[in-house]
Amino acid sequence: MSELKTKEAFAQSSETIDGNIATINFGPTHPSTHGIFQNVLKVDGEKILSSEQTVGYIHRAFEKLSERRPYNQITPITDRLNYCSSPINNMGWEMTVEKLIGAEIPKRVQYMRVIIMELARIADHLICNSVIGVDAGALTSFFYPFTEREKIYELYEEICGARLTTNIGRIGGFERDFTPAFHTKLQSFLKTFPKAFEEFDSMLARNRIFMDRTKGAGPISAERALAYSFSGPNLRATGVDYDVRAMHPYSSYEDFDFTIPVGVNGDTYDRFMVRQEEIRQSIRIIEQAYKNLPEGSYKADLPDFYLPAKADVYNNMEALIYHFKIVMGETEIPPGEVYHSVEGGNGELGFYLISDGGRTPYRLQFRRPCFIYYQAYPEMITGMSISDAVLTLSSMNVIAGELDA
Amino acid sequence: MEKLNNEAILNLIQGAFPNDVLFHEEPYGLLTMEVPAAKGHEIIEWLKNHETLSVNYLTNIAGIHYPEDAGREFAVVYQLHSWKNQFRLRLKCYLSKDALSIASIVDLFAGANWMERETYDFFGIQFVGHPDLRRILNEDSMDYFPMRKEYQLEDATREDKDDRYFGRNNL
Repeated sequence: MSELKTKEAFAQSSETIDGNIATINFGPTHPSTHGIFQNVLKVDGEKILSSEQTVGYIHRAFEKLSERRPYNQITPITDRLNYCSSPINNMGWEMTVEKLIGAEIPKRVQYMRVIIMELARIADHLICNSVIGVDAGALTSFFYPFTEREKIYELYEEICGARLTTNIGRIGGFERDFTPAFHTKLQSFLKTFPKAFEEFDSMLARNRIFMDRTKGAGPISAERALAYSFSGPNLRATGVDYDVRAMHPYSSYEDFDFTIPVGVNGDTYDRFMVRQEEIRQSIRIIEQAYKNLPEGSYKADLPDFYLPAKADVYNNMEALIYHFKIVMGETEIPPGEVYHSVEGGNGELGFYLISDGGRTPYRLQFRRPCFIYYQAYPEMITGMSISDAVLTLSSMNVIAGELDA
Repeated sequence: MEKLNNEAILNLIQGAFPNDVLFHEEPYGLLTMEVPAAKGHEIIEWLKNHETLSVNYLTNIAGIHYPEDAGREFAVVYQLHSWKNQFRLRLKCYLSKDALSIASIVDLFAGANWMERETYDFFGIQFVGHPDLRRILNEDSMDYFPMRKEYQLEDATREDKDDRYFGRNNL
């Protein structure tokens, strides 16, 4: 007798506990929402009959703010979308602007970006998967990967000095080349991480209790997921192999050999397993990018956008002028309309930018994968028990920052 | 299978809707078309069910406000994606501020539900046929649509943040 059968039977059974339907507030502040959003559940005993969502608790008007900020000042806003993988957001935005101005980016910068973005993906997926463990009652598997995640944050620090909201890189490249300390730390990370990760994997992936809890919890079919415009690991868990990195390669992703893992049932266990495999693939990509890291400059030749070196600003008239123009937001931007998307931690993170030639975007819309797929949540948990709803929520990796913009 | 280029896609659409592609361009290689708002739903449905094109994925919906463009003050932009043929497509429907409504496409893409709610929330565009058109990110009691250009971000009494410093004069 498998647990999957029991869950299905539970969802289909029409028996009631005592005929009383209760209303429960799941959120806005609840330990397992991992952010602030509310679900009003109608339950019959343990079984969820319907759910109504309220979002927007931390809406910070990013799209409106962006209409009054010069382009380089929008990067810190993107940090606060999916704050578990800020570098991907930052670089997605930088690449959008580079696409708009038609900048040519050196191969070295593209490879450096790939390394950072894949590190960010690992950090993002590690958080999500370890939190699924917590919500299933396994706290060890939460603390264990934090040692490794800490190493990734130290790597961010080597690049940009920040850890969570990174504001990493610049339009046109990086502030500085990889430092010797970064090289040492990355090499040691690449050496130790796979082993530590497999230990983490062995705690949950074939754990009988974890499998029984997650298999069949919060499933969605590929058809429904597509109708809901799912993307990222949640879509791939249903068996659809859409990945922006493969379909519309950016930043030289076409140079790397990696596979796109897919699930079968689209349930919590599949989402977990897809993310686990993606971490392994990310390590593969980092290894390839690091091994073949091209020689060259860590920045593009974009004096209008890329801040000159401080020493030049003090000693060189031209650099001072560029510095002033960039800091004061006096840079000339061509009018245009551009959409650029990257594969974020949660799926297709898109930037739809309309420039009218002014100093700030005329309109900037963020395609936030969380916001789009979270609307399927009621459909996924109807018929489930409350504890399954908790697991479903954490396995969807709904990040309040990205949800509410 | 040979990859469809933008010209072939445009020809197919123009063949089926001879008078409805009002304008087209290809900024950064992404085929962008203006279609009448009244035909938006029909064209998206056709694109979705078309055997060759098979535009199966709704990427996003965005509202835009052009306060100075009389009769075409608002635009609803649909970005669609065909995975089979690996092309993206952008459809724009312009609306007048006096007739701010357009047919909802929730019946075609369930994911359009919140995207349309968000567009309504920020621009006040009505989506006819939407099952539950309420505010989503802003609070329910709000009585204006904040992404419209007349709502300035800064305190209007401040003189140090003159709009001229931001490259435009009359917004």
